[in-house]
Amino acid sequence: MIGGRPDMVDDEHRLKMLMVAGLGGDEAAYRAVLGALARHLRGFFRRRLASRPADCEDLVQETLLAVHTRRHTFDRSQPLTPWVFAIARYKLVDWLRRHARQDALHDPVDEWRNDLAVEGGQEADTARHDVSELLGTLPAKQREPIRLVKLEGLSVVEAAERTGLSVSAVKVGIHRGLKKLAAQFRP
Amino acid sequence: MRTDDLVALLARGAGTEPMAVPARVWAMAVAGGAVAAVALMALMLGVQADLAGKVSTLAWWGKAGFTLAVALPALALITRMARPGSHVGRLPVALAAPVAALWLAAAIQLAGAPPGERLALVLGKTWASCPVWVTVLSLPLLIAALAALRALAPTRLALSGAGAGLFAGAVGALVYTLHCPELDPAFVAVWYVLGIAIPTGLGAAVGPWILRW
Repeated sequence: MIGGRPDMVDDEHRLKMLMVAGLGGDEAAYRAVLGALARHLRGFFRRRLASRPADCEDLVQETLLAVHTRRHTFDRSQPLTPWVFAIARYKLVDWLRRHARQDALHDPVDEWRNDLAVEGGQEADTARHDVSELLGTLPAKQREPIRLVKLEGLSVVEAAERTGLSVSAVKVGIHRGLKKLAAQFRP
Repeated sequence: MRTDDLVALLARGAGTEPMAVPARVWAMAVAGGAVAAVALMALMLGVQADLAGKVSTLAWWGKAGFTLAVALPALALITRMARPGSHVGRLPVALAAPVAALWLAAAIQLAGAPPGERLALVLGKTWASCPVWVTVLSLPLLIAALAALRALAPTRLALSGAGAGLFAGAVGALVYTLHCPELDPAFVAVWYVLGIAIPTGLGAAVGPWILRW
């Protein structure tokens, strides 16, 4: 009974209010809900992939990207957490399937060496993907809107003026670019 | 990349999110796929000559009603599947009911027919082409429904693909009734059901790799 614990119910209520405000354009609320979801997701993945903390953070970030790029599928008349954890479960199952396949192809010694390499240099809340590296793989009309709006903090209108693209082209470029970045999380 | 940085990046300039995106996605997919199916039927098959006469019969309405009674819960199924965390609920019952009713009508018809005529009732005149045409007419909508699912967020890919095929097959069958001369429940119970089952299987097979995100 997940719904029975008062703190969870409380969290659901608080997170959903933040999410609804965030979808309505309240950036601080949206940032707060994504930050809180990141903590919940980290717990979710660590309980299930205890032996691979670095992979957990990849999955946390992949799921956050999915939550963001698919936020139009959240029904505001429904609770938030079942929606988020359904996405998290989907990403976990996809990851497990992918790795079952990869592991079957891998030499076991290689896998062991990978694990060692990962343990050395990873911060607990850092994934292996680097956004500026990933951005380099996108076409300019997706890369520039993301760089200007998401990294430099310009408004969509300012980014449109700077790039000569229309406002809607900037929005579409950001949306498609983030979807493509999300896809890069699963090689 | 640190997760906090990703959160900041995603939130920055996120703007407002319109509420009715899935409804718009589905409306466009259904309209596009259905219009394409009707156009395909009109160009390749043609509307049957005495459609007006057939439309006044109970059997024609039974046939068209069966396809609609499958199409509507199938559409409900895929719109639910497109949202993470939703459940199928009682939809399997709603989908099984029209098939059970049709099979019952077919059984009654066959039981009342002389044994020597039963096979002829089932085969009709067009048994070989019926499932093929239903499948062909379903393809535009199958593609449109899969594209719609890709724009949303299905988490059960084979089931979502099957639902897309089921919906496309049922609407394909509905469009095919405008051409098809057969009216016997015994015919519909086998060949229409097969025609709907083919795109359903197709959708279930392609779902896991086309719908992955």
